[in-house]
Amino acid sequence: MDYFLQNLINALQWGSFYAVISIGYSMVYGVLMVFNFAHGDIFMLGTYIGFAIATLFIAVFSALLPTWVIFAAVVIITMFLASWIGVFVEVVGYRPLRQAPRASAAITGLMIGIIFETGILIFLGAKRLSFPPLMESHVYNIGGVYFTNIKVMVIVISLILMLALHGLIQKTKWGMAMRAMSFDFLAVPLMGVSINIIAPLTFAIGAGLASVAGILYGQAYPILDPYMGVLIGWKAFVAAILGGRGSIKGAAMAGYLLGFIEIFVAMVFPSTFRDLIAYSIILLILTYRPRGFFGMEYSTKLRL
Amino acid sequence: MQLKIKNLHVSYGNIKALHGINFSVEAGEIVTVIGANGAGKSTTLRAISRMIPSEEGSVIEFNGENILKYSADKVVAKLGICHVPEGRRIFGNLTVTENFILATFARKDKNQIKKDQKWVFDLFPRLEERKDQLAGTLSGGEQQMLAVGRAYMSGHKIMLLDEPSMGLAPILMLDMFEALKEINRLGTTILLVEQNARLALKFAQRGYVIENGELVLEGEASSLLDNPDVKKAYLGA
Repeated sequence: MDYFLQNLINALQWGSFYAVISIGYSMVYGVLMVFNFAHGDIFMLGTYIGFAIATLFIAVFSALLPTWVIFAAVVIITMFLASWIGVFVEVVGYRPLRQAPRASAAITGLMIGIIFETGILIFLGAKRLSFPPLMESHVYNIGGVYFTNIKVMVIVISLILMLALHGLIQKTKWGMAMRAMSFDFLAVPLMGVSINIIAPLTFAIGAGLASVAGILYGQAYPILDPYMGVLIGWKAFVAAILGGRGSIKGAAMAGYLLGFIEIFVAMVFPSTFRDLIAYSIILLILTYRPRGFFGMEYSTKLRL
Repeated sequence: MQLKIKNLHVSYGNIKALHGINFSVEAGEIVTVIGANGAGKSTTLRAISRMIPSEEGSVIEFNGENILKYSADKVVAKLGICHVPEGRRIFGNLTVTENFILATFARKDKNQIKKDQKWVFDLFPRLEERKDQLAGTLSGGEQQMLAVGRAYMSGHKIMLLDEPSMGLAPILMLDMFEALKEINRLGTTILLVEQNARLALKFAQRGYVIENGELVLEGEASSLLDNPDVKKAYLGA
């Protein structure tokens, strides 16, 4: 039982990364009906930005400010900066191709991703960097279940982010515009709403979320390298599709499911078998539920 | 002249939809463009609201200002030209209230928005009763009310209406046109395109007849109603 609870916490943490990242895929798909295949590398770049800000802040302020202030400042500043990567990807990569065939828009993301990876490789070299700890790690033991404050923080901050996003999408006019775009893209400008504001905003939110996931990831697994976004990006993409294209709720839930399956498979089988078995299970789920958990029931035929 | 259209050409790929049409609308008028399916009625409205591009040399002016330099959202937000598109195009996944909020996205005049909202709810009380309902669950008539009310909220110097009678029962159709008259009485110019020519010509002051992307007739609505060619082609008499 202890062993089970232990893995439950691990799964929640691991699933949090997938959930927060997969939302970025889902939002962009919901609003623009394209997959942003640069998203995994946006996560990577966001982690590097978080790394730079964290290193700077720890060097300058660690004697002056309490830990949690530094942590909050790093998260907020990184989120702000990383969201501009999202804007960049939309404006440079996707906007010129809005009228283009879907496949062209898809490879745009792939290419931008490769450009980001190579860019980091050229400017920072191939050596792996280590994400500085933003807080001291403590191990707690409750009834035989061991967990660190880092794990709790990853889980809690991810939940806060997702709740905040939910509020933004449900309660603000920008969120309404995003939902409206997912229903009928072409009618949105008739409301006086500029697609050229809502589209980059959507990319920006996805990128901002991914960058916070990057900081959290850096706290749990403090190694940075230019290709760190590839596999986790693909897996988050799997979660986005499994959740149902365009469904944010679905993406988050599928992200957690992925985390659970991976962790619990590793609990039973040797860890080298983890992805093989985990993704076979997901393939099986998709076979029986091809539209994912919350596949869009409505969608207009009239798209760009 | 509030709206002036000169030499308007529009193509969809290689297919020419409008072959240089000219017409104008005065402030406060109700003008209709009637014609058969595929004649270019919707295309005309879409060109004005900038949903589709016009070809080089086309002129569309609103109060002397060149519309063609604006994007679709600016035509609504800056010029106050609202468009009730064909098939209503309401956001079915948003509530009635959210549809209205979205329509005022670019507006800053909070007090006036409140007044406009109240006015729209007075005009269409059914919408107020259903304001928290998802728009997709409304009946066809209610959806049309929402489409018109929402357009009014987005800006109402001129309203472009694309087949507001489509899919409505006759009694609802008459109610809708009564409401449109009320909107016009408050100062909104109306440019209406309709397949239901009789209804449109009874409602409008002036009319144009469009055929294969060209305007072939124009005149007072009453005289078009009596025109033997119009009668034969569009009024089924």
